[in-house]
Amino acid sequence: MRFMVLVKADKNSEAGVLPDTKMLADMGKYNEELVKAGVMLAGEGLQPSSKGARVRFSGGKKTVIDGPFTEAKELVAGFWLWQVKSKEEAIEWLKRAPFEETEVEIRQVFETDDFGQAMTPELREQEERLRKQVGEKK
Amino acid sequence: MAVAATETHRAIDAIWKIESPKLIAGLTRVVRDIGVAEDLAHDALVAALEQWPDAGVPNNPGAWLMATAKHRAVDHFRRNAMVERKHAEIGYELEADQRAAVADFDAALDDDVGDDLLRLMFTACHPVLSAEARVALTLRLLGGMTTDEIARAFLVSESTIAQRIVRAKRTLADTRVPFEVPRGADRDERLSSVLEAIYLIFNEGYTATAGSDWMRPALCEDALRLGRILAELAPTEPEVHGLVALMEIQASRSRARIGRSGEPVVLLEQNRALWDQLLIHRGLAALSRAEKLGGPRGPYQLQASIAACHARARRSEDTDWRRILRVYDELAERAPSPIVDLNRAVAVAMADGPAAGLDLVDRLRAEPSLQQYHYLPSVRGDLLVKLGRLDEAAQEFERAASLTRNSRERNLLLDRAKACRTAS
Repeated sequence: MRFMVLVKADKNSEAGVLPDTKMLADMGKYNEELVKAGVMLAGEGLQPSSKGARVRFSGGKKTVIDGPFTEAKELVAGFWLWQVKSKEEAIEWLKRAPFEETEVEIRQVFETDDFGQAMTPELREQEERLRKQVGEKK
Repeated sequence: MAVAATETHRAIDAIWKIESPKLIAGLTRVVRDIGVAEDLAHDALVAALEQWPDAGVPNNPGAWLMATAKHRAVDHFRRNAMVERKHAEIGYELEADQRAAVADFDAALDDDVGDDLLRLMFTACHPVLSAEARVALTLRLLGGMTTDEIARAFLVSESTIAQRIVRAKRTLADTRVPFEVPRGADRDERLSSVLEAIYLIFNEGYTATAGSDWMRPALCEDALRLGRILAELAPTEPEVHGLVALMEIQASRSRARIGRSGEPVVLLEQNRALWDQLLIHRGLAALSRAEKLGGPRGPYQLQASIAACHARARRSEDTDWRRILRVYDELAERAPSPIVDLNRAVAVAMADGPAAGLDLVDRLRAEPSLQQYHYLPSVRGDLLVKLGRLDEAAQEFERAASLTRNSRERNLLLDRAKACRTAS
């Protein structure tokens, strides 16, 4: 099963302050461990929200709002995608991360089977059609 | 309290999966016996199960387990020394041996565990063991899986797996297989023995040979993980990256190769929008790692190249069959086998038309090793359909259905036979 690990933003990451050498080294070592264990599928750090934007959907209307956004704690500053055997294993790996003062969230990625009965053949067909269209546009 | 205890047990289970391969690898280097190492590691696990629910999980659980196992190992050496001393009056020497062993042990614990893990992988996959034994031992020692989990994954009884593992460990001890990374002439054969075991695990998950499920994705994930670990332990071996590439690209199609009612969907009929682009990307990256290392292309790298040709084609009609055919030619030369010939015949049919493909398939019908292989009549049936020879095609699909042990696949083949009969 796959988990997405969401690292929250803070004042520093939002201000565009880069991690210090020690943090970079520790994080590099940690990432290496994840790769060596065959756990890490992907992982990226994100630029401050000042370089991003939001699109608000409301009653069919779409409004573009440029960053930065307040509420740093609710913003994402980076993510990993991990392949593990259980949520507990993801937690164990996360506990080994070299963070000092932050909160990191683990979310399980849906696999097609997880939708169960709610995913009717019609819905599934629709989803496949959509995926196909997206795929063709790429 | 009960809830907390269960939570701790789940945490211990996860920690065991992460730490046990390193633990067993480090211990084997010192005690020189996989069975003894596994027992010692297990003792440490039992101690954790006793202590952690009350005391809490330590900050560095891996180090705690290793330290505990070390104490048990020292006890083990003392006990053995005492037994031996009773047999012979050479206490002095033994005392020295024991001190040396403890020193070895401290050195082993301080060293990088990577080498030990690689040694463990080579040992668990030693050619002296049957393929089945290698698979079971690898999942147990390097996948951190319990006997019960392995048994469930392979749909056999727990005692079958347990016996397989016990016998494998005894064989390794009896034949005095050294705990080392092979060098020189031996290395290629030993490495292909490791790769074969990992790919067997993957294939068992990818095309479940028996039972009602067409795929058992967990086994694919286990094999991929082992492959990714091996790729970091032996980064200069092109075939390791070739195997990883092959598995990543094949796994990228998991979602597309199962139809709505659980039936298999063949490659050319798959909805490519369902292919996992992340895994394709990883597969292509692994393949380019293999290519960058240079040298003659091995069978895994060649198979991965073929898989990559499919992965790069956005629609099945975009497939570059000429290029695939060229790789099959190389594969047939490097690793000749009737199965490669059969797959090559399919590529020929796609490149030069079904009659040319059928011609090659027909030549393989007398091949003894393909007599029980359901894919031969199923390919032949396909080509006969394309040539409009529906009655013959129906017979081939029925024959293929009688040969497969996978019930989903059998149903699909019988449906195709019926469709041929109705249409003819």
